[in-house]
Amino acid sequence: MPTWATPESFEPRPHAPMLFRNVRLLDPSSGTDEAGNLLVVGGEIADRGPLVGNDGLPEGAEVIEGRGRALAPGLVDMRVFVGEPGYEHRETIASASRAAAAGGVTTIVCMPDTDPVIDDVALVDFVMRLARDTAIVNVKPMAALSKRLEGREMTEFGLLTEAGAVAFTEGRRKITSARMMRRLLTYARDFDALVVHQPEDPDLAAGGVVNESEMASRLGLPGIPDEAETIMLMRDLALAGLSGGRYHAACLSCRASLPLLRIAKERGFRVTASVSVANLALNETDIGPYRTFYKLSPPLRTEDDRQALVQGIADGTIDVIVSNHDPQDAETKRQPFEESADGAIGVETLLAAALRLYHSEDVSLLRLIETMSTTPARLLGLPGGGLSRGAPADLVFFDPDAPWVVERERLCSRSKNTCFENARMQGRVERTVVAGRTVYSYDSEA
Amino acid sequence: MTSALATSPIGFAHRHLLGIEGLSRFDIEALLDLSDKAVEVNRQVEKKLSTLRGRTQVNLFFEASTRTQSSFELAGKRLGADVMNMSVGSSSVKKGETLLDTAMTLHAMRPDILVVRHHSSGAVDLLARKVGCSVVNAGDGSHEHPTQALLDALTIRRHKGSFENLVVAICGDVAHSRVARSNIICLQALGARVRVIAPSTLLPTGIDRFGVEVYRDLREGIRGADVVMMLRLQRERMNGAYVPSVREYFRYFGLDAEKLALAAPDALVMHPGPMNRGVEIDSEVADGAQSVITEQVEMGVAVRMAVLEALAAHLPNA
Repeated sequence: MPTWATPESFEPRPHAPMLFRNVRLLDPSSGTDEAGNLLVVGGEIADRGPLVGNDGLPEGAEVIEGRGRALAPGLVDMRVFVGEPGYEHRETIASASRAAAAGGVTTIVCMPDTDPVIDDVALVDFVMRLARDTAIVNVKPMAALSKRLEGREMTEFGLLTEAGAVAFTEGRRKITSARMMRRLLTYARDFDALVVHQPEDPDLAAGGVVNESEMASRLGLPGIPDEAETIMLMRDLALAGLSGGRYHAACLSCRASLPLLRIAKERGFRVTASVSVANLALNETDIGPYRTFYKLSPPLRTEDDRQALVQGIADGTIDVIVSNHDPQDAETKRQPFEESADGAIGVETLLAAALRLYHSEDVSLLRLIETMSTTPARLLGLPGGGLSRGAPADLVFFDPDAPWVVERERLCSRSKNTCFENARMQGRVERTVVAGRTVYSYDSEA
Repeated sequence: MTSALATSPIGFAHRHLLGIEGLSRFDIEALLDLSDKAVEVNRQVEKKLSTLRGRTQVNLFFEASTRTQSSFELAGKRLGADVMNMSVGSSSVKKGETLLDTAMTLHAMRPDILVVRHHSSGAVDLLARKVGCSVVNAGDGSHEHPTQALLDALTIRRHKGSFENLVVAICGDVAHSRVARSNIICLQALGARVRVIAPSTLLPTGIDRFGVEVYRDLREGIRGADVVMMLRLQRERMNGAYVPSVREYFRYFGLDAEKLALAAPDALVMHPGPMNRGVEIDSEVADGAQSVITEQVEMGVAVRMAVLEALAAHLPNA
């Protein structure tokens, strides 16, 4: 049975040390995938190795028998739409953090397109206070690139970074003006701020609701061509090169984007990219009979695209896997396909869905953890993402092989718009630890 | 009544003063030496000279500027010239006349010296090629503002004595600043080490090839500087276009006492004016002991007198 902790502020007592014994230690930061023990004391990783804890343990230490199950740095999900403030009926920081904990995600990075928009120091501060008081995992806000997300005036990158914003993005919105994007990247460079942008030309994509393809035509649905993504991506990459700013393309969806990214990286531009786990696990045919839970942005594309994205994760062209968690209430989804909202929840199923690539032998377990923990932590300047001594004890303990079925009603998100309903998953989170404190546990024997 | 500033021939052989670019170190030093004399004259009760007696000086300002225009006006009058001010609001330019037609009209009036400010880079140069008189650039677009650079150099020289190994930090909107361009050229010609400090959005492309050290962090760039020269940030560039807000700009690029403490203890604080207090400079610093901002205004009149006299030396029938 699953169990969640309550927010730290309700029980601010020191947490007992814990020893994970005989676990498969996955640490992409040091490239290790080996059996061993790991000791957590005072919220930090105190030690790790084959013999750690064998000659005595700190008083009151909890011992967790690994029996070969995996222990990895907790996941850092770089793209989570929460809804608080402004859309609490979809998701609150508290409910998103419980979903994250159940999914082995120890840090969620929330998007700024809330109401009000997170474009001001006071809003960043508000979100961080709310997170401190109500969340059971780390919550880090990205701030808006432009004031009110209008794409005209840049926000205070310096002051917002000092306040705790980990990166800057328009969320679902796009920066249409190339001049604006150039200035944003140029200004961001001085603060080493990361500019995160979903590359999609809103003009070319206008009206589109699915991938533009034969299938879309048969369904009679307007499509979004690959070029909506590649044209904008080319522009952004060129401007990243011109300005020297750090750029991150959020949620790539098509094969044609990969060579563009490779060229930019070869030229030494400071660019990275992510893909939503849905685009790695599903393709456009999953939409079937107009199932609106599969209406996503970017859209699910062809199987050929999906395979290319998987290859991109395996070979390092794509750096990060995100959940693109986007809670929508039933009313906005229970609509004709064209009129329904985009998006699906996913933070809770991120690890399990990504593990499909491991079970299909396309991507190693270590590489998967790297894309969901080590790399996002590095890009955002967060501690964690590794299992080295002294690192914060943000951990996910999971059985990579345990089978389970996604039951919609059991998901913690306030909204239930999952595109993995009734999906068979292999790989279950058994315990999630944030700063040395167990925030979620699943007792498979109970 | 003294007749002229110069007591011996002036080592300045140019017909116009269109920019600092093209001037030699000796040209600049000759003007500064002459300016020192003008400062003395300006501090006397009797300030009137006769160098430009009978000459006509026209101040043609296509862009409003109270301080530069009045400084040139005073300089001309103290040298005995008849000075006429033409500003865009009262000229035929508003009625659609082109720059060259204006030039032809003015040429026909036979002025001896034309002082021009224009909002377009290169406009003063264009005008100089169409008129018979001497032309002084009082600021053209984002290109040059030579008398500002000269008055800054004069102010610095009078305090520091020499430019050798002197570190001058120019901070602010370098991209759009004619003051910065003229100062970079002038100070380097005189032997100073120039640093520029600005957010990347306010740095011109290729600035690293101007022979300056480029900083994007004021605290780093100001360290050990002997002179800190702040530039004005135009209002229209403050709100999200080039920098996000006044408060962020002031926080990172505004000069306050704490940041100034990183400069040399006897560093001079300069500003070409008009200042935006609380944007690029804090009042405490602007009005503080290290500030020479009002002195710059005084030097401005002296430098302009020196420039006018140097050019007048080569006018026909001089």
